[in-house]
Order: sequence, then C-alpha cells, then structure tokens
Amino acid sequence: MAEINTKVTLCGITLDNPVIPASGTFGFGYEFAEIYDINVLGTFSFKGTTKDPRFGNPTPRIAECTAGMINAVGLQNPGVEKVISVELPKLKKCFNKPVMANVSGFSIEEYAYTCEKIDKEEQVGWIEVNVSCPNVHGGGMAFGTSPEGAASVVRAVKAVTTKPIIVKLSPNVTDIVAIAKACEEAGADGISLINTMLGMRIDLNKRTPVIANKMGGFSGPAIFPVAVRMVYQVSHAVKIPVIGMGGVSSAEDVIEMMMAGATAVEVGAANLINPFACRDIINDLPRVMEKYKINSLEEIIGGCK
Amino acid sequence: MKQEVLEILSNIALNKNVYKMVLKGDTTAVTNCGQFVNIQIEGMYLRRPISVCDYTDNTLTLVYKVVGKGTSAMANMKSGTKLDVLLGLGNGYDLSKAGDKPLLVGGGVGVPPLYNLAKKLRGEGKAVTVILGFNTKDEIFYEDEFKELGCDVTVTTVDGSYGVKGFVTNAMPEAYTHFYTCGPEPMLKALYNATNTSGQFSFEERMGCGFGACMGCSCKTIAGYKRICKDGPVLFKEEILWQK
Repeated sequence: MAEINTKVTLCGITLDNPVIPASGTFGFGYEFAEIYDINVLGTFSFKGTTKDPRFGNPTPRIAECTAGMINAVGLQNPGVEKVISVELPKLKKCFNKPVMANVSGFSIEEYAYTCEKIDKEEQVGWIEVNVSCPNVHGGGMAFGTSPEGAASVVRAVKAVTTKPIIVKLSPNVTDIVAIAKACEEAGADGISLINTMLGMRIDLNKRTPVIANKMGGFSGPAIFPVAVRMVYQVSHAVKIPVIGMGGVSSAEDVIEMMMAGATAVEVGAANLINPFACRDIINDLPRVMEKYKINSLEEIIGGCK
Repeated sequence: MKQEVLEILSNIALNKNVYKMVLKGDTTAVTNCGQFVNIQIEGMYLRRPISVCDYTDNTLTLVYKVVGKGTSAMANMKSGTKLDVLLGLGNGYDLSKAGDKPLLVGGGVGVPPLYNLAKKLRGEGKAVTVILGFNTKDEIFYEDEFKELGCDVTVTTVDGSYGVKGFVTNAMPEAYTHFYTCGPEPMLKALYNATNTSGQFSFEERMGCGFGACMGCSCKTIAGYKRICKDGPVLFKEEILWQK
C-alpha cells in the first residue's frame, strides 16, 4: 500500500489532517493542551466570540440524552477585546498552527465589528461565522434561518475581512441548501454544518424543563445521520468547501462525513466525554484508511456514489 | 487531570439510597480533598461527576446517593467491574485556612467530600468539629467514621428522629476558626448567614465535561465568572454571589 496521506486543503490552507475540534467544546485550547499536544490537530475552532463579554444563560445548561446531550450555554465568552488580549496569547503558547476563529453576534454590525478585529490576528487562519446558535434570543440563529439573513451577514463580514469566511449553518431550517447557496453567492469561502438541533428534556419529578433556558442544542452521535444527510445535500449544491460536523466520534465517522462531501470534519460533543477524542481519532485514521483502501483523504471528498 | 481505568473492589449500600464504592488503580491524579471524579457509565452519554470521599495512591472511595439513571447503574455494579474515570478534577478545599478549630458541616450527600478533609485536618492535630445534617434517622451515614478520626461529631435530623432536631444551623458551636461545607444549596445559604468566620463552600451543578471546556456549569462570583468544575467546586465565602 502506498503511503497514507491525511492532508486536506481548506480554503487555501493545508491541514495535516481534517480533524477540527468544534467551537464551544474546546475552549481556547489550553485545557486540552494540559493533557495532550494539541498540535496533532488539523486546527481547532475556538470558543464562540462576541463583541461584548457574555455570561450566557442561567444553569442548569446541560441535559443528558440518549446518545447525546443538550446544552444551552448561550455563548459565554469574555468578549472580543479580551479574547485578543488574553486568550489568543495563551493559545499561541500551546498551538503553533493557524486557528479557526468562531464569531457570533446580535446584529449585522456586531458580526462585522468582531470579525474585523479578529481578522487582524496573525494566528487566525479562517473565521467561522456562527449564524446558527440556538441558545440566544434575537441573534445567532435568527440570521441563519433565512437565505437573506445569512447572506446579509456574509456580505457585511466579507467587506471588512481578508481571511476565508466559513459560515456555520443551523439544521433547524426547512431548506438548508437554499441558505448555503445564498451564503456562497454573498461571497462565503466555505460552509460548516451542522450546528446543534433544537431539543428539550423534562424532569419528571419536578415537571419542569431540565434546562433553565427550557430548550437547548442537541448534539452527539444521535444527530450524526442528520448531519451526513445535510452535508451531502449542501456539498452537492455549492462549489465552496464544506466542513462536516454533528455527532462525529470516530475515524470511521470522519471518513463517512468526507465521503458525503466534507473537506474537513469538526468534532464536538465527543471532546466533552473523552477529552482525548480528537487525538484518538487522528491516531486511528491511518488504520481505518487502510481498512477501506484509502491512500489519500483528499481523494474521498464527496466520494459517495 | 488523568484518564484511568479503575477496578471496583467493593460497592456496598450504607443505607437505602447511599452506596460506598471503593476503586483500585492509579489514583495519583487526585491531589486534594474536595476534588471529584467523572465516571463513564455504559449506556449513558455524559460522564457522572462524583465527589471523592477518601483516597490513597491506589484506591479511591466514593460515597454516592442514587438520584437518577447513572447512579442507579452504579449501585448495580459488581466488584471486578472496570470503569473509565477522569480523576483529579476541581480545586478542592484549602487546608491552610483551617486554623486550630475548624468546623465541617455536611448535609446529606454533601457529607462524603468532608471525610478526607477531616482525616487530613486531624492528621495536622486540629480540633475538628463536625455537624452532619440529614432528613431522618434512616438516611444517616458516616457518623462513626468521623468519630473514629477523633472529630467532635453532632448529627442533626429535620424530623428529630436522631440527634439534634432541626437543621445544621441548630447545632452550631460557639467558637470555630474557619468552616468547610458541602450540601444542598438551601443549607449552604443558611450556613452563609449563620457563620461568623471565613469559610469554603463546595457547590454542585449539572456538568457537561467536568474539566473546564464546555462552560456548562458556570456561575457568577465576586471574582468574576467561574466554572464549578474547574475553578470550583470549592468557593470561598467572600466570593460567593447567590443567584436564586
């Protein structure tokens, strides 16, 4: 067998492998850098950043589900100024590759403001614009649920940035393909999907929602088939690269996502139950590639017949 | 933090709903009393955070109450079962603040993390006063264990079926140098108001990861936002902001 090649190119930047911890499950990297060398990652998408500091939603913010979990954190982050002055210098000490900045907002102006600031940071390779957070009202997902709303964010952000803009889409929509196409037409350089699915659990003893915010984003292996389907649909409808995510937990899942059409793959909830999940997936990739007779991961992108 | 596979040495009921599990393996990542571990349980997605009751370099004692599916599954586990455990989570109690006469107050399933703390404080020759609060006589556990360490132990029961009738705040000693507590939030609040020294409170919250990544268990404090799992679970009295 020829030498195994796990490299992929995402919007002009080559990754050693397609594995990317998803925003909100990996902080700014340093909690994980305490337990393994995070430079083994393709890159990672750091904690969703907004213009102003946010505490997020009241607790409880977490609920157990069959093969998954619900979270309603609500974009807790120190705000873009502190991210730049405090978090990124700490991140730089443990990660020497381009990092993916994840940005959210409550108005088009906020998205543009935060992206423009983050765009100037040397280590930022891509900006993942989250128009799909289900846990905040009056923002986030509101922009990602219509083609016009998503496109208007993309246009505003593209006008003030130089780095590749990847738009993170919500699955909580009727037609994700139309939204992805609108983003592409508005100038997006890539699409990432899927954000969490809106879900809810009820405490039978208390007869109240488990989550203080009532509803939250459902993630984990249970949503993997939905994610594969949407990645397949979107990647066949747009020419820009697609990052697949949603319940990815193994090297086999990574390959399945890529066959569906993903150029790279984000891993979310799995990091929370196994802090070594991404390292383990990366270590396992060559074995699984050999099993399915794959020499180069780039060759299998969209390879599902 | 370390991830280890630990083997169950024993898992016995202390009363109707409270169990004591002793695990064997490399537990060196546990460095302080008041820390917790996060256990993967077959059939559950999220790990279950359980406070450390006692530990050595190769054993770990967990005393837990059956409250849901995860802890029910734990109660049914047999000796010899191997568990995937994340260890050494959380900050734990700061012993250096104890003074000569520390007071330890535990309520219900908040009692276990105080045990190793009491053992360490007794090892330093401190005069340790312990108040253990329960709802009723049948729920009491670990009274003798604390007495065997040489602590001055008072048990309170809400229904008066054993010890002092009422809440832990009905049994407060006159003098103590510092206090340590863990228990249900109403008890913690009552104690916050009933104490006249500095103290340390161990909090509980639904967690996602247990190691500071997901922001699932954040709380507001005077010292800014903190994660119960990583910056806690122990907070000092002076930094607490009660939310509800």
